[in-house]
Amino acid sequence: MKVTDHNELFKGQDYLRQFEAKREFELPCSTQEISSMMEYSKGKEYMEKNFARSALTINPAKACQPLGAMLCACGFENTMNFVQGSQGCVAYFRSHLSRHFKEPVAAVSSSMTEDAAVFGGLNNMLEGLENTYSLYKPAMIAMSTTCMAEVIGDDLNAYIKQAKEKGCIPQDMLVPFAHTPSFVGSHITGYDNMLKGILSAMTPEKNQERPGAAKNQERPGAVKKAQPTGKINIIPGFDTYTGNIREVKRLLSLMGVSHTVLADTSDAMDSPNTGKYMLYPGGTPLEEAKAAINAKATISLQKFATVKTGEFIREVWGHDFNALPTPIGIRRTDEFLDAISALSGRAIPAAIEDERGRAVDAMIDSHPYIHGKRFAMVGDPDLMLGLISFVMEMGGEPVHVVSTNGDKHFEADAYELLASSPYGANAKPSDCKERSRVYPGKDMWHLRSLMFNDPVDLLIGNSYTKFLWRDTGTPLIRIGFPLFDRHHLHRYPIIGYKGVINLVTWMVNTVLEEMDRKSINGPNFDVIR
Amino acid sequence: MKPTIERTKKMIDEILEVYPEKTRKERERHLKPNDPTGECASGCQIKSNVKSRPGVMTTRGCAYAGSKGVVWGPVKDVVHVSHGPVGCGQYSWWSRRNYCNGTAGIDSFATMQITSDFLERDIVFGGDKKLQQLCLEVKEMFPLAKGISVQSECPIGLIGDDIEAVTKKMTKQLGIPVIPVRCEGFRGVSQSLGHHIANDAIRDHVLGKNKPERTTDYDVNLIGDYNIGGDGWASRKILEGMGLRVLAQWSGDATINELAIAPSARLNVIHCYRSMNYICRHMEDSYSIPWVEYNFFGPTKTYQSIRKIASYFDDSVKEKAEQMIATHKPMMDKVIEHYRARLEGKTVMLYVGGLRPRHVIGAYEDLGMEVIATGYEFGHSDDYKRTYPEMKEASVIYDDVTPYEMEELTRRLRPDLVGAGVKEKYAYHKLGVPFRQMHSWDYSGPYHGFDGFAVFARDMDMTVNSPTWNLIRRKK
Repeated sequence: MKVTDHNELFKGQDYLRQFEAKREFELPCSTQEISSMMEYSKGKEYMEKNFARSALTINPAKACQPLGAMLCACGFENTMNFVQGSQGCVAYFRSHLSRHFKEPVAAVSSSMTEDAAVFGGLNNMLEGLENTYSLYKPAMIAMSTTCMAEVIGDDLNAYIKQAKEKGCIPQDMLVPFAHTPSFVGSHITGYDNMLKGILSAMTPEKNQERPGAAKNQERPGAVKKAQPTGKINIIPGFDTYTGNIREVKRLLSLMGVSHTVLADTSDAMDSPNTGKYMLYPGGTPLEEAKAAINAKATISLQKFATVKTGEFIREVWGHDFNALPTPIGIRRTDEFLDAISALSGRAIPAAIEDERGRAVDAMIDSHPYIHGKRFAMVGDPDLMLGLISFVMEMGGEPVHVVSTNGDKHFEADAYELLASSPYGANAKPSDCKERSRVYPGKDMWHLRSLMFNDPVDLLIGNSYTKFLWRDTGTPLIRIGFPLFDRHHLHRYPIIGYKGVINLVTWMVNTVLEEMDRKSINGPNFDVIR
Repeated sequence: MKPTIERTKKMIDEILEVYPEKTRKERERHLKPNDPTGECASGCQIKSNVKSRPGVMTTRGCAYAGSKGVVWGPVKDVVHVSHGPVGCGQYSWWSRRNYCNGTAGIDSFATMQITSDFLERDIVFGGDKKLQQLCLEVKEMFPLAKGISVQSECPIGLIGDDIEAVTKKMTKQLGIPVIPVRCEGFRGVSQSLGHHIANDAIRDHVLGKNKPERTTDYDVNLIGDYNIGGDGWASRKILEGMGLRVLAQWSGDATINELAIAPSARLNVIHCYRSMNYICRHMEDSYSIPWVEYNFFGPTKTYQSIRKIASYFDDSVKEKAEQMIATHKPMMDKVIEHYRARLEGKTVMLYVGGLRPRHVIGAYEDLGMEVIATGYEFGHSDDYKRTYPEMKEASVIYDDVTPYEMEELTRRLRPDLVGAGVKEKYAYHKLGVPFRQMHSWDYSGPYHGFDGFAVFARDMDMTVNSPTWNLIRRKK
């Protein structure tokens, strides 16, 4: 039976007539007004006004702290996310993560309302913890906050202590917490704060005496600092590719390096269908996380998502912490594997060397379609650095790099990286007419102006960049977060040599599809490319 | 074994045993066996519209979600500013699929995330200056915008900003309505209060501010349709086919002018009673405009509703209504014939918001399916009263049901299909129970009206009968 849904239905004459007739009541703008405004919005004058904005944010590429905190805590075994504050936020975080990962996401809130605004959120937390503990039987409750709890000044540490004294939860219950105000930083800051909170809660008291320690975390059952285990801790950061985490684990296993991923979201956000719903699938085992203090070193794959966690590990855990460049592209993967090899004393096996060869082979095969192509890209700072590096390795030119949650450190890193290659050379902040420019703190409406005034060949970004694709006609490669309108991309790694092959595949085929579209009625509608 | 009120009650009691006593007692008031008479001698009246229990997972949202996400967001030619930190606007960005015609960023703004992106200094020093500057910048960036609505997030009310003063000043200065909406997320117990607050803001700042060039005896407003997947357009088509003239669409694909001219209508026809009854009651009190609830899900209810609406008008409308039904009935019968064969006898469990927990029952029945359990995220007692007679005796009705309760009910009732939201969807996929999102139509639609029914039927069939469910190798 032929069924016509929204894809075709509203193109029918009956609906087109309806839309036209509805204008009688709409007091619409005239087609002339709309087309001249459209033209104006593409121009230089509009761009200047656009960049002069100081209070208005339009289509930003960042979310708020507790979202990152939640993703982080999902990566620990039997851990329930508990958000102190308004319940609507938690509904949003869960929906947002579910729409990207296509997975269930469990989290509770303390459902604070007007009375909590007046009296504080203590009672909500006490009842909330009791309910959460008895209903969901978590081994750990990871607590973050919404801006409501932050504005009224709820003291998580004191409240959790009271909850234990009153017997709402057992004394030895692990309840790490992080204050995650939405009006500071972004989701990557929240990830950082929560990871630091969790690691801190697992660290014995005497190790916390050092400067910089988060003094107030409760830490039942923490493992004492002992002889190094020889393991390496890996922190993926706010990584929304479950494929990445699986890839890191695979590479380290191939090298025979024993490791702990803090926090391992790969199963939590990509669990097998067994006809059973697991509240807490996968995650880093808590015992393993507790022993992470005794590792040889900790490596972070996202510098900007682990600033505070890094300080904590260096100062309190007292072992090497190294925030490596996210291993996107060949050279950064080399750097990652070399670092692991140097730390562990394990050689890079031939199997991985072969993977490198295949990835390079793929890049060489496809380079004619990427070389000299100009790119606009938008996303989290660490992702941007990785993609800048990879695009330049292919001979592509990053032209507009926008990171709404990037700061001046990111900006400096990005320019340094761009200056290191002829494909990003002349990248100077003062020189906006030159080839590349980095825009920390800007949004996708800024990028729209940039793309109209200095057009590019390819756009890289999350699902919301499809509006830029539509407005400017620039082919889009979907990389980043969130990815709502394409399925399963997050299951593929974008890091490591395997990630290189995925990136090359997506990029080159985007170019080729565009060529087909453009040559559809021409003589150059080639069947071999 | 046929369910009886006693047996259903016993099942519910077993499910609730796991809770701490205080929570168990509270939750007990929200899950009941149905008594279709609504008399509830057996104590089956549902408690609703009260706070969710802290620490118990809830699907409910907040007042901001009800205002920005539901009522105001779809008004397309107004710039809706998510006023406060970045998150609220980010998570509700074009996620509700309230379709609209227009050019995004030029004369239509429903698909954009526009925010004051509060930083720490705005919390410390207050955000009023920023809001004022923001309004000026909106005018610069979007000169064709017909208004600005300021959708307050939690901090606004907590730090004591005076958005009313700023918006008043800006309305004067910019020459377009700048509307304060006090929908801070901590207000009330769910989205529901946000609907009310948003309705009140429309009443105070928009309603009656303009008049249509001409009026007729057949002017109506289409209220409480958010045009999800084009629902509102499919509904409007029916109303226009009956010879009625739709002045305003509230609020899917709406413009602010439509909201302004609405009091010139002769009748308000309302689909989502929960979110829009407030404005209908106001127009009844202040403009003597009667209102009538209708249901355009599934042919049976659609025919009834068409006749009910026609009864408010003269014979010409009644005749056209009958013609309309006669024209569409053969096609509807064909859809039923085709899909009923594939869906007959299947059972459905629902948990949705607004009007759907009761309004879609008839559409399922048209397909030979039976809704055996239903409930509302943020319903009130008037919603439940309207639901009892639609459901069979001893079926289950619940309010603000938790994922735990839903999973337990699913285990015991074994529905062939579950309809709820995105937060439930993937848990049901893991459970291997066919599931459709009944908020966003799972990115399909429309489901309203004659054009929507075939889409609804096709979607339910493809999910109930998908071969993928049979591939699951179940872990014991």
